[in-house]
Amino acid sequence: MIRFDHVTKRYPDGTVAVDGLTLEAPTGRITVFVGPSGCGKTTSLRMVNRMIEPTSGTITIDDRDVTSLPPHELRRTIGYVIQHAGLFPHRTVIDNVATVPFLLGTDKKQARARAAELLERVGLPAHFARRYPAQLSGGQQQRVGVARALAADPPVMLMDEPFSAVDPVVREQLQDQFLQLQEELGKTIVFVTHDIDEAIKLGDQIAVMAVGGHLAQLSSPADLLARPIDAFVAGFVGRDRGYRALGFARGAALPTTPEPTVRFGERVPPGGLEEWTLVVDDTDQPQGWLRSGPSGSPPGSPIDDAALFRGGTLATQGGSLRAALDACLSSPSGRGVVVDGDGRLEGTVHLDAVTDLIASRERAEVTGGADG
Amino acid sequence: MADVAYLPGLPRMLPALLPADDNSSPWRFPQYFADHFSEVMGWLWAHTWLSVVPVIAGLIIALPIGWLASRHKWAYPPMMTVSGLLYTIPSIALFVLVPPLLGLDPLSPLQVPIALTVYSVALLVRVVADGLGSVSEETLQAATAIGYTPVGRFFTVELPIAVPVITAGLRVAVVANVSIVAVAGTIGMVNLGLLFDQGFKLSTDTPYYPPIVLGLLLCVLLALVLDLLVILLGRMLTPWRKAVRS
Amino acid sequence: MIGNVLRWLNDPDNWNGTQFTTGIWAQLQTHLLYSVIAVLAALVIGLPLGLAIGHTGRATSLISGLNAVRALPTVGVLVLLVVIIAPHFHGRTSKGYIIPTLIVLILLAVPPILSNTYAGVQNVDPAVRDAAYGMGMTGPQVLWRVELPNSLPLIFSGLRSATLQVIATATIAAYVTLGGLGRFIYDGLAQQDYPQMISGGVLVAALALIADLVLALVQRYTVSRGLTKRFSKSTVGGAVAADLEEAGVEHT
Repeated sequence: MIRFDHVTKRYPDGTVAVDGLTLEAPTGRITVFVGPSGCGKTTSLRMVNRMIEPTSGTITIDDRDVTSLPPHELRRTIGYVIQHAGLFPHRTVIDNVATVPFLLGTDKKQARARAAELLERVGLPAHFARRYPAQLSGGQQQRVGVARALAADPPVMLMDEPFSAVDPVVREQLQDQFLQLQEELGKTIVFVTHDIDEAIKLGDQIAVMAVGGHLAQLSSPADLLARPIDAFVAGFVGRDRGYRALGFARGAALPTTPEPTVRFGERVPPGGLEEWTLVVDDTDQPQGWLRSGPSGSPPGSPIDDAALFRGGTLATQGGSLRAALDACLSSPSGRGVVVDGDGRLEGTVHLDAVTDLIASRERAEVTGGADG
Repeated sequence: MADVAYLPGLPRMLPALLPADDNSSPWRFPQYFADHFSEVMGWLWAHTWLSVVPVIAGLIIALPIGWLASRHKWAYPPMMTVSGLLYTIPSIALFVLVPPLLGLDPLSPLQVPIALTVYSVALLVRVVADGLGSVSEETLQAATAIGYTPVGRFFTVELPIAVPVITAGLRVAVVANVSIVAVAGTIGMVNLGLLFDQGFKLSTDTPYYPPIVLGLLLCVLLALVLDLLVILLGRMLTPWRKAVRS
Repeated sequence: MIGNVLRWLNDPDNWNGTQFTTGIWAQLQTHLLYSVIAVLAALVIGLPLGLAIGHTGRATSLISGLNAVRALPTVGVLVLLVVIIAPHFHGRTSKGYIIPTLIVLILLAVPPILSNTYAGVQNVDPAVRDAAYGMGMTGPQVLWRVELPNSLPLIFSGLRSATLQVIATATIAAYVTLGGLGRFIYDGLAQQDYPQMISGGVLVAALALIADLVLALVQRYTVSRGLTKRFSKSTVGGAVAADLEEAGVEHT
């Protein structure tokens, strides 16, 4: 656990970067610092590994004051990932990853073997090991940056906007893989971003910071969306809060009704079908909707890619209400497709049923309290 | 490059080392200047022309070559290699090599300006190529889209934007030339270098400082003035940079 | 004329010397000796100073001050120093000429090495330096393991530029009665023996090119491929880049 206790950073010219910050980043969890530029989020992060020294207050890691070690020894026990990766251009990828083990005096061969393993873990094939950073794309460099931070297996990781310099598609991949990796490793992570969506996606706990360096709100992502504490946080969290908050809402089981289906690859039966019929494959996984009738596929025509409407999204039973709502809204038939954990069709749900669930949940929250 | 203090501490150092009361004292250089005024002024003029004209000629030659190197990737490496090699040859070697290579008389007065032009071209090709290369692709495409012809675009868009980089290169070339021209004085070419030649020859028994000190002062002053002129010219050509220069 | 030059260069007497003349080999040795001493001395002065200034960010005004030395005409400074120093030595010694010559050569070689080393350290990507400290490197570790190797391309271009200037100026040493390849140029001029004079020019040019080539090779095997980017491509003509770098000209 990382604890900030009344931490203040004031520069000689009088500017206050961080103002009396007190919070805990729990062990094994991701704590995200988010806020506009100039809110002191990066300064707060850099004070943990003493790249910046606080003016007053203390920071402890597992109850040990960070100032009890010389800075360079402290930093070797903390993983550090920064925006542009900051890879050493004169070293190969594998030697970049092995930097901290080398510093700690680990045997070179052993350090490289461990580095190779980590590279694979962050999704880089073995042949990247001998390349130089200049030969990698931005996303690949960022993966190496993460692997390098993990090399000495530090319990704590500091990540300063690690994914903001890559394009949205790659960013999403990196975020997903990062979450997967964290699932396995369970590090104590402090993560800085200016992107509220990234904060909500990655954070177990979110600290919203305001200009002037004070903590505006500290809460779970769902709470942040549901109950921003003041106008600043509400403005910063942004639009579509209600809809995005549904992403964290797990309602009662979705009341599905059985849905008649046809199989992909067969033909439309001679008697014809309802206007919209769900198409599944051999393993009962939904493929899309088939339209029959005057403007659709006539009896006897093949049920193939050309005939299929693939627009609808799928909701998973036990998943979020946001996915259920989206499944209904995106389905051409108006019936939202629900699948089980293995992706097999469970049935369909009607928009009214989902909105009823949302409404009952809202009432429960008003009377009942926070939703985990 | 700083524009001031080209001679830090030298004048203060000299009197301590030398007797200051006879005609050979370093402080007698104004006397020497007055006594040899028309001769020295002639050398100063020659020195000035030798420093300036090759740079202008070099720029005129370097512009099309640099443009080619900046617009065609294949042309860049060989041109940089050739200009780099030319720049590698020591100046005095180039002076004596120019006449036989061009079939001139061994002591032709043309050898120095030709050799210096070669140097200027070697230096400026890279400057022009990099300066033009710094013009962003968006700017080029916008200019084309507005309807500039390639030639019009070069003179009204690309060249002006490259001016700061080219100006910086011209400053290096001009200041270096002032020093190199003086070297030519040691092989008998007419310029301020002859002041050093005279001072050296008149110092065989006892030191005779006035021409040496005068030569150093005039060379440094000349370099300073030419450097300043290039800076002013650069500013005149880029009025839009005033806004950001604070 | 070119034929006469080739004949002069082909004459073994000119290479080995005779009872009355010093040969090319001997002058080449002298030329190299002056040059190597000057470049090594300049490295000893300029490299640590440049690394220290770049690493600490202190005393940076020294860099721009040193660049101003460019405006001094080398011949003038050489003559001045000779005139000052030579009279203090008497008898059969050339120390009175060698010392001022070495001073001028070192003065000439320090600025490119110093300012390029400084620029090299300065140009290290701030994110890389930040990461190095963040990984837990100490100040000296950052300097030796990150800043120095990343500065090598610029340090080499400074070293090459310094070497070329020193070789060129060591030629002028012959003007103040010393040895070296410049001897042939000034003797040829005085004796109106133009083949000898031009041969001197050829020899100096060849020496400069070979020296630059040797340094380019050393650079190629010293600098990480990760920095040379195109993954092993030689860079002839670093001198122009170094001179411009020194003068603060940006290039892309």
